Amino acid sequence: MYWQPESECMDKDELQQLQLERLESTLSRVHMNVPFYRRKFDEIGFNPDDLRTLDDLRKLPFTTKNDLRENYPYGLFAVPLREVVRVHASSGTTGMSTVVGYSRNDIRTWSNLVARILTAGGITKDDVIQIAFNYGLFTGAFGLHYGAERLGASVIPISSGNTRRQIKIMQDFKTTALVSTPSYAMLIADTMMEMGINRNSLSLKFGLFGAEPWSDGMRKELESKLKIIATDNYGLSEVMGPGVAGECLERNGLHIAEDHFLVELINPDTLQPAKPGEVGELVITTLTKEAFPVIRYRTRDLTRLLPEPCPCGRTMGRMTRIFGRTDDMLIIRGVNVFPQQIETVLFEIEGVAPHYQIIIDRKGALDETMVLVEVSEQIFFDEMKKQSELKETIKKRLASELGISVEVKLVEKKTLERFEGKAKRVVDNRKF
Amino acid sequence: MLKIRNLDVGYGGLNVLRRVSIHVKPGEIVTILGANGAGKTTLLKTVAGLLRAQAGEIVFNDREIGRTPAEEIVFDGCSLVPEGRQVFPAMPVRENLLLGAYVQFKRGNRQAASLDLDHVYGLFPVLKQREQQLAGTLSGGEQQMLAMGRSLMARPKLIMLDEPSMGLAPLMVREIFNIIVKIREEGNTVLLVEQNARSALKIANRGYVLETGRIILEGQAEDLLSNKDVQRAYLGRDL
Repeated sequence: MYWQPESECMDKDELQQLQLERLESTLSRVHMNVPFYRRKFDEIGFNPDDLRTLDDLRKLPFTTKNDLRENYPYGLFAVPLREVVRVHASSGTTGMSTVVGYSRNDIRTWSNLVARILTAGGITKDDVIQIAFNYGLFTGAFGLHYGAERLGASVIPISSGNTRRQIKIMQDFKTTALVSTPSYAMLIADTMMEMGINRNSLSLKFGLFGAEPWSDGMRKELESKLKIIATDNYGLSEVMGPGVAGECLERNGLHIAEDHFLVELINPDTLQPAKPGEVGELVITTLTKEAFPVIRYRTRDLTRLLPEPCPCGRTMGRMTRIFGRTDDMLIIRGVNVFPQQIETVLFEIEGVAPHYQIIIDRKGALDETMVLVEVSEQIFFDEMKKQSELKETIKKRLASELGISVEVKLVEKKTLERFEGKAKRVVDNRKF
Repeated sequence: MLKIRNLDVGYGGLNVLRRVSIHVKPGEIVTILGANGAGKTTLLKTVAGLLRAQAGEIVFNDREIGRTPAEEIVFDGCSLVPEGRQVFPAMPVRENLLLGAYVQFKRGNRQAASLDLDHVYGLFPVLKQREQQLAGTLSGGEQQMLAMGRSLMARPKLIMLDEPSMGLAPLMVREIFNIIVKIREEGNTVLLVEQNARSALKIANRGYVLETGRIILEGQAEDLLSNKDVQRAYLGRDL
C-alpha cells in the first residue's frame, strides 16, 4: 500500500532527473529571493547557473542552526509573509529559537509526505489516530495531524499529558493507531498495567513513534506490551517537520522522501562526503519548499544510508535509525534542549553562579531531568523560604525556556566539577 | 519520453536559455509558462532541431537528439506546431494536411495518410468543410486547427505546441484546449508552451515556469495554480 506510488516507486533515473530539475529551480529561487543565500553564494563566487549535476551541490556552503537563529525570525523566508500560511518554531526565547514558515503548497506537500509514512506504517483511512504530541509551535503534532487528515483517517488531536485520560480515550474512542514519542508510548503501556487495564480492551494496531532516538529493544517491548506494529519516523522543523523519512512494515530502515529532499552524508569532522557504508552526519537540501527552502542544512544527526532495494517496493533510499548527535543538543521527552539554553537562563537570575550540571535519567518510561545549580553562600544562610522561592523561580524559568519541566537542586559553591577544557555539563544516564 | 538536461541556448553572444532541465513522461501534458522573451519558443525550436544548443543534452525516447537534423526528429516522432501556425497559405486545407503526412511516405506508410486524414477531419470537422479552401483564407482559429492537424498527420508520439492560444478569441481558445485534451486522450504526449497560463494549467499534469531563460519553478499543475508568484506574474492576480 502506497500513498503516492508514482513517486514512492519511481524509477531511479526518473528520480535523478526530477531532483536535478528541482535543485536547479530551488537554487535559482533562493538566489533571487533570499539575501542570506545570495550573499553566501557571492562570497564563494558561486552562480546557481553553474550547477550542472547533483554532485555540484558540494560546492555550496552549509546552512547551520546558528544561521537560522541569526536570521530570527523571518530572515530566511523566500516569500513575503502574507503568503506564509503557517509559522512554526522551536522552543526557546533567548535567541535559541528557530522559526520556519510554510506556503499553502508547502502545507499540501507536507500533508502528503506524512500521509506517505503513515501508509508505509500500515495505517489507512479506516484508522482512528490518536495524536499524543504536544500541539503548539512544535511541528510534530500539526505535521502528523494534517497528514492523518489528508489520509482520511479519524484524527483525535488529544495532545500529550494526562496519561490516564489518554488510555480512557483509547478505549472509548477505539483508537487504532498511536502517534507519540516512544517513551510516552512506554509510559502509556506501563500506566495501563498499573491501572489494571486489559490490553485486549483496546483496539490498538499501530504505533508511529519519533522525535527522539529509540532502540530495537524498546520497539520489541512496545510491540509486545501494546500489541502493535511500531515504526520509526524522522523529521526536523528546519527542513519541514515529520515526514522526511519513515519506516515501512519491513522495519528495516527509514525511507527518505528523496523527491522532496536531497540527502547527503558527511564526515562531521572533515565535512567531506562520508564513504559509502560509513556513519555520517545527515545534510538535507529541500527541493520543493517554497516559503522556507534550505540548502545543505546540517542536521547534526548521525546515521548511515542503506542503498539496497527494499522488499516493500519503494525505491526511495533508506537511512538507519539515528545513532546520535554531533553537537551537544539533547532530546528530552521528545523536546530539543541545548545546554546553553540553561546557562542563559541561569545568568539572568540573581544569586546564581553559572555553574550547573544536568542529569538525565529514565526511570520507568519517561525522561527525568535534574539540574544542579550552584548558588552563593548567602542563599544557604537565608531562610528556607527564600531558598525554595529561588528554586521555584529557576524551575519556572527553565520550564518556560526549554519547554519541559525539570527538577532543580541548589548546591553549594564549588561542589560541581570544574573543567579545564570543554565543560561536561551533561550526565546522560539513559541507555538506548 | 523527453528528457532535457542543462540546456544552454543562445544567439550570437546573447544567452537565451540557461541550464534548462525538464522532462515529459508518456501520456502527460506538460506546460512551460513564461512571459514574452522568457525563452519558451527557443526551447521548443531547439528540441525540434531548428536551433543548436551550446551545451546540455536532449534525449527523446532514449536517443540523444541534440545534433540530429530536424527532419529526422520528426521521423522519430517529435512534431512541432509552431508559433503563429505557419500554414501554407496558397495551398488548400487538404494539401496542407497531406504535406504533414510526408514523413509517413518516408516510413513507407502511404496508406496511413488517408486514414489519418479522416481522423483529423473527425477532430476538426470545420477543416473537412473547408477542405478545398486556401489555407490563407481561414480564420485564426481554423488555421490553428489546421496546423495541429498537420502535425497529427505525422503520427507523432510527442506534440509540441508553441502558444496555440495566441491571437485567438476566448471561445476559440477554449475549443483548442479541449482538442489538446482529446489529443492526449488518444495516446499522444503534449509539451505545451503558453502565455495563457490559466488555460494551460487547467489541462496540464505538470508545469515549469521559465523566467529570463531559467526554470525557477516546477510542479504539479494545481500547485502552480496556487503558487502566489505564478498567480501574480501569469494569472493576472495581485493579492
